Amino acid sequence: MSTENVAASGFGADEQDRGRRFLSALASTGTIFILLLILWVWITILNPTFAEPGPFLAYLKRSAPLVILAAGAYFVLVSGNFDLSVGSLVTVMVVVAARLIEGEPSRTWPVILLLLVIGAVVGFANGFISTILRVPSFITTLGMLLILNGAVFWWTGGAPRGALSDNFRSIGRQGIEGIPWIEQLPWSVLLMFAIGAASVLLMRADFGRQLIATGDNERAARLSGVRVDRVRILAFVLSGVLAAVAGILLGGFGGVSAQVGKGLEFDAITACVLGGVVLGGGRGSVVAAMAGALTLEALFTWLNLQGISGALEDTVQGVIIIGAVGFAAYRLRGAR
Amino acid sequence: MSEQTLLQMEGIRKSFVGVEVLHGVDLDLRAGEIHAIVGENGAGKSTLMKTLAGVHAPDEGTIRIDGQEVSFHHPAAAQAAGVGIVYQEFNLLPDRNVAENIFIGREPVRAGIVDRRKMERETAALLEEVGEASFGPRTPVRWLSVAQQQVVEIVKARSLNARILVLDEPTAALAEGEVELLFTLVRRLQELGVGVLYISHRLREVFALSDRITVIKDGGVVKTLNTAETNQRELVNLMVGRELDGYFPERGAKDDLGDVRLKVSGLSTALLRDVSFEVRAGEIVGLAGLQGSGRTEIARAVFGADPIADGTVEIDGKAKRFKHPRQAVKAGLGFITEDRKAEGLALAQSISDNMLLAVRTVMPSRKRRSTPGLMTVKELAEVTELRARGPEQEVRFLSGGNQQKVVLSKWLETQPGILIFDEPTRGIDVGAKAGIHDLIRKLAKDGVAVLMISSELPELIGMSDRILVMHEGVLAGELPGGASEPQIMELATGSAEVAA
Ligand SMILES: Nc1ncnc2c1ncn2[C@@H]1O[C@H](COP(=O)(O)OP(=O)(O)OP(=O)(O)O)[C@@H](O)[C@H]1O
Ligand SMILES: [Mg+2]
Repeated sequence: MSTENVAASGFGADEQDRGRRFLSALASTGTIFILLLILWVWITILNPTFAEPGPFLAYLKRSAPLVILAAGAYFVLVSGNFDLSVGSLVTVMVVVAARLIEGEPSRTWPVILLLLVIGAVVGFANGFISTILRVPSFITTLGMLLILNGAVFWWTGGAPRGALSDNFRSIGRQGIEGIPWIEQLPWSVLLMFAIGAASVLLMRADFGRQLIATGDNERAARLSGVRVDRVRILAFVLSGVLAAVAGILLGGFGGVSAQVGKGLEFDAITACVLGGVVLGGGRGSVVAAMAGALTLEALFTWLNLQGISGALEDTVQGVIIIGAVGFAAYRLRGAR
Repeated sequence: MSEQTLLQMEGIRKSFVGVEVLHGVDLDLRAGEIHAIVGENGAGKSTLMKTLAGVHAPDEGTIRIDGQEVSFHHPAAAQAAGVGIVYQEFNLLPDRNVAENIFIGREPVRAGIVDRRKMERETAALLEEVGEASFGPRTPVRWLSVAQQQVVEIVKARSLNARILVLDEPTAALAEGEVELLFTLVRRLQELGVGVLYISHRLREVFALSDRITVIKDGGVVKTLNTAETNQRELVNLMVGRELDGYFPERGAKDDLGDVRLKVSGLSTALLRDVSFEVRAGEIVGLAGLQGSGRTEIARAVFGADPIADGTVEIDGKAKRFKHPRQAVKAGLGFITEDRKAEGLALAQSISDNMLLAVRTVMPSRKRRSTPGLMTVKELAEVTELRARGPEQEVRFLSGGNQQKVVLSKWLETQPGILIFDEPTRGIDVGAKAGIHDLIRKLAKDGVAVLMISSELPELIGMSDRILVMHEGVLAGELPGGASEPQIMELATGSAEVAA
């Protein structure tokens, strides 16, 4: 910035700095996109078919539930809370759907509506207990995880009963057919992009700006008139509803089991952290969080290609989450 | 004063993300000298000090201590070389006592356990050295006032053998009466041969305390002067590059006053007892009092931030009891808090997000687009004379004074009918201060009712149409605008009651 620009009041150097600002924004939140690109290229080198439309879409389809869960986790994290209950909530979705639908296609849509309501209610409960009743969200949602796990076990007696209908499964499995070149555009990919776009818009809107300000400085937000409890509860509700959506997709992918959602809460949080979302709130973008989910999924693919067994995935994930948080802390220290 | 040069900084340059904020600064400090550094908000004073303290490594330039070139890559290295710095935000642990805070991380150890006796003995000696007797080594920091905490910070720096002590706006957080305490301490250190770099926006203090003054403008040194050979007028001229008249804006005429907008009757809270007053449209009412006399508590209670035990608040003739600040904002109140980092700003968010935070909570974006008179972020920046790179810059990167302007903008945007200012110009440079005073008066002229809390008596006296004085949670009295400082202090300290 030249001296004249500093001296003038108002905004100096706006125009000249635009390019530079873009670069510095990329440097602070863009790391994840570069990492993602590197992984894609690397996987393609190991396995050239990955870059073809079919396999690449299959990868996106596989990633969709986690991307959607990461968006939900983002809302909660950025407001300064944790949601550890989404994994077991996903399991609840699949188990409840199977039991209530019992293979009967006509029941599909009412049940889907019910699942979304369950997601919202569980999210609301998490939010209400964490804000109004002042139980730390880490504890609230950890408790919720256990409660839901127990409820599933009690309700199914250990082995889930019933079956999903074909039209329920088609949401996770099928898509729009007959599209040239890519043949099929999976519903799940479409849903992933729609939810991604909606999340971005939401974060740009007044609600999103109030949410992130609350996570950054609760007292300042409250004194500016933000209803901090309310925006935080809404974040939990969004997380719950998005967990329901992810559960519906996952029900279509795999079979009905009491294990479908296991560990997904950590995958989602890892994805956010990888995307630069700072635990404790106030920092990070939702796009980067979703890109973090795509990166994590790509990493699992890469590990597979390297012949590293599934059991090691947990270890890798543990290293990532510590590394990413450490890196973020280092970067914040540098910026002070 | 000895003539021995203690510190020599030459050609210091520093850039952040490609933008240079220090363009080759030279500065020297002698042993036993108090060297004041003045300049506008964002001139680079704090950044210069941080290059000395090892927080930021300078991109270019040399730092010499006792003629030896040094380069610090960590605050601890600067500490070891005898540089102590006291920031505006203290870093003390409230639940530990004074001795523990002073020796944190380097507790004396005997037979594998912390030697508390030695720690306390040495702390007592340090406190004695600076003539501090109002608290001891075992006093928990939580019990100390802001001024006393500052003494602990300075003593801590001293215990690390600091021979160069940097004080960055040390009086910004102090009440009028506490400033003398700090001065005594600083002069004491001066006698011990410590070189003090003293940053302040209060020129009165600078003249009272310093031997030399360096003026910094836009990241460069304008001039270094001997305090005895200059005056306030010349200094201001060098700082802002233009003449400032030094007068406060003209008060409104009596018949400009409108209806009563804010009426408080019998207000009692945990800290207040039976406080009653009113503020009219077009009027600036000053609220004076010592630290802890309940000034901020009045503001918080009226604004719905703290619960009210008894009494009523009327806005435009209607009784209101706000349970949440949002209701106050909706009813047309704005509250510029005194602690901008803790209560005024979301530091990691952009200038634009901070400026729009309050208006967003009460007016949906659709309505904002169709409301006349709402300013754009760019216009707000111009009105408040903000200096920043652009609306997307995070506010934590702004200098202290510019952060204050962002807080002010946030409330201007809600088009309030009643504005409560708690220390409106804390940390703001002389040029911008006059600008903010003009702005407050202009708001009043446009029909806003203003309640202004300030510890700076000249400001309070110059700006207010009436002055209310608080003493220990009770309204001790009311004075007309233009009352004298002794009149106010008499009421504020409660000595008037005795005399009467
Ligand atoms: N870490 C940082 N990253 C980017 N810019 C910074 C950083 N720290 C300071 N700046 C910029 O450097 C300039 C000088 O800031 P500095 O805090 O030194 O000002 P100052 O003279 O202390 O002002 P004040 O009187 O308001 O405290 C400002 O424009 C500020 O925005
Ligand atoms: Mg400063």
